[in-house]
Amino acid sequence: MNIRHSRSARRIKNNGDHVTIAGWIIRLAFAVLFAFPLIFMVVSSFKSDGAIMNDLGSLKSFLPIGDLSLENYQQVFSRVPVMTFLMNSVVITLITVVLGIVVNSMAAFGLSRLRVKGRAVIFTFILATLMVPFETYAIPLLWWVNQLPGIAIDQFGPYFTQGWIDTIYVQIIPFIANAFSIYLYMQYFDSIPKELDEAARVDGAGWFKIYSRIVMPLSGPATATVVILSFLPMWNQYVWPLMVVQSESHRPVMIGIQYFQQMTTSWGQIMAYSSLITVPIIIVFVLFQKQFVNSIASSGVKG
Amino acid sequence: MSSSTTGITKQRGSTSFDGRSQNRVGWAMLTPAVLLLLVFIVIPVVLAFGLAFTDAQLISTKAMSFTGLSNFQRLFSDPTFWRALLNVIVFSLVVVPLQAGLGLFLAILINKKVRSSVFFRTVYFLPVVTSMVVVSLLWMFIYQNNGMLNVLLEKVTFGHWTPVDWLNDSRVALAAIIVMSIWQAVGQHMLIWLSGLQTIPGELYEAAALDGATGWKSFAHVTWPCLRSTRNMILITITIAAMGLFTQISVMTQGGPRDSTTTVVFEAVRSGFQQQEMGYASAITLVFFILILVITGIQRYLTREK
Repeated sequence: MNIRHSRSARRIKNNGDHVTIAGWIIRLAFAVLFAFPLIFMVVSSFKSDGAIMNDLGSLKSFLPIGDLSLENYQQVFSRVPVMTFLMNSVVITLITVVLGIVVNSMAAFGLSRLRVKGRAVIFTFILATLMVPFETYAIPLLWWVNQLPGIAIDQFGPYFTQGWIDTIYVQIIPFIANAFSIYLYMQYFDSIPKELDEAARVDGAGWFKIYSRIVMPLSGPATATVVILSFLPMWNQYVWPLMVVQSESHRPVMIGIQYFQQMTTSWGQIMAYSSLITVPIIIVFVLFQKQFVNSIASSGVKG
Repeated sequence: MSSSTTGITKQRGSTSFDGRSQNRVGWAMLTPAVLLLLVFIVIPVVLAFGLAFTDAQLISTKAMSFTGLSNFQRLFSDPTFWRALLNVIVFSLVVVPLQAGLGLFLAILINKKVRSSVFFRTVYFLPVVTSMVVVSLLWMFIYQNNGMLNVLLEKVTFGHWTPVDWLNDSRVALAAIIVMSIWQAVGQHMLIWLSGLQTIPGELYEAAALDGATGWKSFAHVTWPCLRSTRNMILITITIAAMGLFTQISVMTQGGPRDSTTTVVFEAVRSGFQQQEMGYASAITLVFFILILVITGIQRYLTREK
């Protein structure tokens, strides 16, 4: 369909949608530049360290040929509790994304559909938090969460502790509320006709019901955008867990790989660990690349 | 009309009652988000201002005390801090134009309605999906003494290349990190440029073509002026991201060799987290915060609607 459109358009427009040969060469050159380090990573993860160094400087670096084995992966699994790290990252990312959807969409509903006193002030306040980069308050946040009363659980049940350091929840709770998600939901809610609310009110529905049964089910595209924009930064998080996680049992994959890299000199194993935490994300990205691109392009904000 | 319909369902129904109930429900729905933003963004930002004037420790047995400006005196007389500041400024000055420019170039390159554009767009975006930690590890291999870059340069120069230990040579370490950082994030900005390009109506190009403007001229007179708001946004987002340089440094160089790659955020994390000196780290944070405010303020002023 695109091609047919471009053929008819080319005759009219001067900046026709054709690609010149030079254009093709440049496009391919950049594709090589961006893809080959990652292809090298995955290919090397199946090779021994000796083979990686031998193949360097030739195309063999990027081709799965020679003695291939899962040895590096077995080594990674036997040396560090990768499954624990993976589970931690999955739990942290999932809970943050799901709670983020609930908390941020509710706030957006309040601002977009309901007559709230001080609405303008709250809206300005929420947008103002968007202007502050995380790096500027990460250190005082570290001090602050260490002052808050924490909860821990042992065989006798839950008890209070001092500070949130070295827990799973300190990696989740500070990142649930997100001004940008609220903003995205608000924009979407504004496009849903208010007559729907009124009709539901006539039928006796409360506001929570209108939110959960009418507005949210209609907001699939907004939710998809929020999921995409909160999922990647959570999975890739590094600064914060580096500061708040000490024990192995609470480590997410990105901190896990850093510890792993410090205990081995085997590049094959480092590539295996890297592939393990990257390839699934890349597959998800390629499958949903259209939605990814739309969300990030429309938001214009760091993913 | 709405008050009469609600009047049917609710006996006491009236606009003012409904308004009050909306206010109550609205606040109930807003509270979780507002509370979380207050506790985890506003309070820490305010704390940065307070802690910077104390000798607070992360884990401390003694009570913290007010120390006035001593953290700032120490900070401003610390050559490492000045080096960190200089590095961040150099990094930003190089990364902002190069990343934005390359991103725009790539966006124009694939802004064609041909099927292969989707493929190339996906490939150019792959490094953005990859975590910076993984990218840093991968490039450590590329940059090491017997790594991919040196081997490649040896082949290209037929053995005349003397290997450079890119990350352990204070003359080139920051440049190496700059190249890798651009490689990782350029796809992100390509996408934002692309969405900007797609809002430019085709008729403008047709009109320009009738006036004889094609190629570079149509870019200078149509594309570039139309991308004004995209440009401003990209400028500000790349600057803030560049100023916050941390992960690459933490994984690859730890600020070395000889402070040649240290950054403001890295120094803040090092003193606050590794050395537990929260007061001093907060002073660094505060200076950084003001720096970001000033720079984005200047950028907003320069790019304002005239």
